[in-house]
Amino acid sequence: MSGLDELRISFFQECEDLLDSLGDGLREISDGDLGHDMETVHSVFRAVHSIKGGAGAFGLDGLVTFAHLFETVLDQMRCGSMEPTDGVMRTLLRAGDMLSDLVGCARDGREADGDRVTQMLAELDALADGADEDDDTPFEFVPTILSVAPMDDPVSNAGPEASDGPGPDAGIVVYRIDFKPRGALYGTGNEPLALLKALAQLGDLEIQADIAGIVPLTGFDEAEPHLAWGLRLATDATMEEILSVFEFVADLAEIDVDRMPRSDTAHLGPDLDDGISALKAPAQGVSHIKTPEGPLPPGPAAPTAPAEMAAILVDAQGGAETSRAGPAVLALAEESTLGNDPGGQAPQNSRKAKPATETTLAAAPATIRVNLDRVDRLINLIGELVIMEAMLSQAVETAGLASNSDVSNGLDGIKQLASGIQESVMAIRAQPLKPVFQRMHRIIREAADATGKQVRLVTTGDATEVDKTVIERLVDPLTHMIRNSVDHGLEDTATRIAAGKPETGTITLSAAHRSGRVIIEVSDDGGGINREKVREIAEARGLIPPGASLSLSEIDNLLFTPGFSSKEQVSALSGRGIGLDVVRREIQALGGRVTIQSAAGEGTTFTIALPLTLAVLEGMLVEFGGEMMVLPLSAILETLRPSSATIHSIGRTGRVVANRGELIPIIDLAEAFGIARPGDDTERDVLLLVECEAGRRAALAVDIIHDQRQVVIKSLEENYGAIPGISAATILGDGRIALIVDPEEIIVSAAPELPTPPLAANE
Amino acid sequence: MLQNSAHDTPGRRDVVSFRVAEQDFCIDIGVVREIRGWTPTTVLPHSQDYVKGVVNLRGSVVAVVDLSARLGFGPTEPSARHIIIIVMIGDQTIGLLADVVSDILTIDDTAMRQVPDIASEVARDFISKVVTFDDGRMLRKIDLARVLPELGVELA
Repeated sequence: MSGLDELRISFFQECEDLLDSLGDGLREISDGDLGHDMETVHSVFRAVHSIKGGAGAFGLDGLVTFAHLFETVLDQMRCGSMEPTDGVMRTLLRAGDMLSDLVGCARDGREADGDRVTQMLAELDALADGADEDDDTPFEFVPTILSVAPMDDPVSNAGPEASDGPGPDAGIVVYRIDFKPRGALYGTGNEPLALLKALAQLGDLEIQADIAGIVPLTGFDEAEPHLAWGLRLATDATMEEILSVFEFVADLAEIDVDRMPRSDTAHLGPDLDDGISALKAPAQGVSHIKTPEGPLPPGPAAPTAPAEMAAILVDAQGGAETSRAGPAVLALAEESTLGNDPGGQAPQNSRKAKPATETTLAAAPATIRVNLDRVDRLINLIGELVIMEAMLSQAVETAGLASNSDVSNGLDGIKQLASGIQESVMAIRAQPLKPVFQRMHRIIREAADATGKQVRLVTTGDATEVDKTVIERLVDPLTHMIRNSVDHGLEDTATRIAAGKPETGTITLSAAHRSGRVIIEVSDDGGGINREKVREIAEARGLIPPGASLSLSEIDNLLFTPGFSSKEQVSALSGRGIGLDVVRREIQALGGRVTIQSAAGEGTTFTIALPLTLAVLEGMLVEFGGEMMVLPLSAILETLRPSSATIHSIGRTGRVVANRGELIPIIDLAEAFGIARPGDDTERDVLLLVECEAGRRAALAVDIIHDQRQVVIKSLEENYGAIPGISAATILGDGRIALIVDPEEIIVSAAPELPTPPLAANE
Repeated sequence: MLQNSAHDTPGRRDVVSFRVAEQDFCIDIGVVREIRGWTPTTVLPHSQDYVKGVVNLRGSVVAVVDLSARLGFGPTEPSARHIIIIVMIGDQTIGLLADVVSDILTIDDTAMRQVPDIASEVARDFISKVVTFDDGRMLRKIDLARVLPELGVELA
């Protein structure tokens, strides 16, 4: 793989993160009222900006064009010239979807849907025009400059929010900021003016250019910056907010932010005032050089700025002073500042640029990207370690060593360590459900657009962690359930209004850990299941005999029956031939269950219960015909040891057990697997009641139930092949292998003629 | 033979020889991963009679083929003295149950002979070549591809 390919891959990985934070931010803005956090807008802007920058580097022009216009619109929001109204936010959210599509297209080398892009561009363009008259040359990509919308006098005067904000006593703190860009800052296309303007928005900013570094033209090196700025910022913003302005340039400039003591800020000594007002001249010089030009001319302005500014600055000072005079004045002021407050000024909160970046990192814990294969290998090794340890302890036991011997003690230590390691490794694979939930926001938007309903998605518990494989395989069923809820669950707007409900339907997606499983709920506040109709349809499709007596939950469960689709017209959304039966199958393939609750007029809730991980299975260790096998706990309804009176023979070999008025066929596992020893005609009577997907029940007969335990799943197919009735294998504490039974297959294959259609059992 | 010795490896190969039912067999050393003692297997339901079951090979599940049964000599009653030769064929890891491993030998390709036309016997289907030695011993080279492919196919 070439270096460029690697870069490309990491760019797209980064894009995913950026798109996530973009989506998060946009939703936060649209959910919050107008008092939203400016930082959110900034982070959204930064995400789009970074995507644009990266896309530019890889020559992805389509992406750049789109991101640029997107960014332009966001920028207007950033400087407050556009309010995040509902309409605006809807467009922005859709633009976010489009951006993620475009990134996807660029990654896979596909063609983007030109019409949709053009349409979206037009919408964004309209937004940009509507809110701002100056910036309508958005198609030209100018990599070096953040487009800055004009403000009245953003630098030397206070930023607008700060000046009408609370008075100086309300948490306003004055910071002294020394900012000295290095050459690399300009080299990477950053623009000090943009940073200064961003600072000005935080509060009352005074800028002093430090022109001490300017050398005579004879010794002038145009590649080296010679300007630095001393800033004095009165703001209610925190240190973090100030530092975040410099986030992108932290290592490209010397940045020193000090908090000035209050006494000092309230009143700077009279002698100092003079110095400062003297210095204000150059400072205003800076602002007036650049800002009257409005939107910055694209192109060379920024990179050459140091040289130009230096020259003009001299003029701004009235031309009386030579370029050498500046440094002298400034040096003097510097001294007087320090001299004025020998002790108290010593920075309380002085932070250099480097610790600053560490602070930002502390907010979001540092992460590394690791290839999943490596983690899996580690998990396998740990699994083996645990098994070896169990074997070892058994060996120690058989060797007859005393339980307080050194060997045993050491082994206990190893045991604890091993289980600790196993837990930590499992935690690596565990990922928050957040990405999945985030995707659902988009599904909702699209589904809402397609059905013309107004829908709001509320998610809770998206930090709940689940095994990564589970997460990946959860997307499809969840997508389908969400679509189903929008399409079938929620009523149309007119009906909702008639029922006295808010126009906008709410779908709640929640996740939580509950007793070793992950519970995910999809609930809507729609009309609930129309059971009469469900029944009609099921009868019409021949799924149930006409007039069958069904309990409410049985009717609800008809939704999961294959071949059931309640929508009369097949809509573009659900009803694509994929029904809830597929959802149920997919969830069951993950070792989970789906249940449904519904209340007429109040809504419907689907509950998915999933195992935390696919690598470990909660099972019951059973023995029959001399073999140990594991039955997945999720399939077992109950275990029973019935009296012989309740077991009836039917025909020569068939047996059934009567359990709570239900006759359940008994399947002898030893016979089903063909491992019963010849002449062994014990009638096993330890029964495990299991239910399969179609609702069919069977009682599996075994000799002994040993215990319930978590087992590590090992593939059989890798080295052997599939065995009917066996889903996988596991390794027991003594190192022997036990097979894991697939009750579903057992029921289907052992008794294909079982006449129990799902719901007729109660007749 | 002299001609071939100039090219050394291409014409010669190392094999692992072992005994099954009083006969000497061999397989290419390249496919052999390790040789371990017999450990009790877990019986696989619905499996061929020559599949003894599965064992735990450091965390992976490996099926064990009883070569004696497979080659038509009848099932082995395994004891602690029997060995399992772990071989890797493609991506599959398989154990071969044999009586004892005798040697690792370097055999010249020219020493390989076609299997003589003997009466049709199960074993013949699985033996690709035979090698004779001066002392009268004979090695039967097993065609693993024919011994094993049915594992997955039949049971899938």
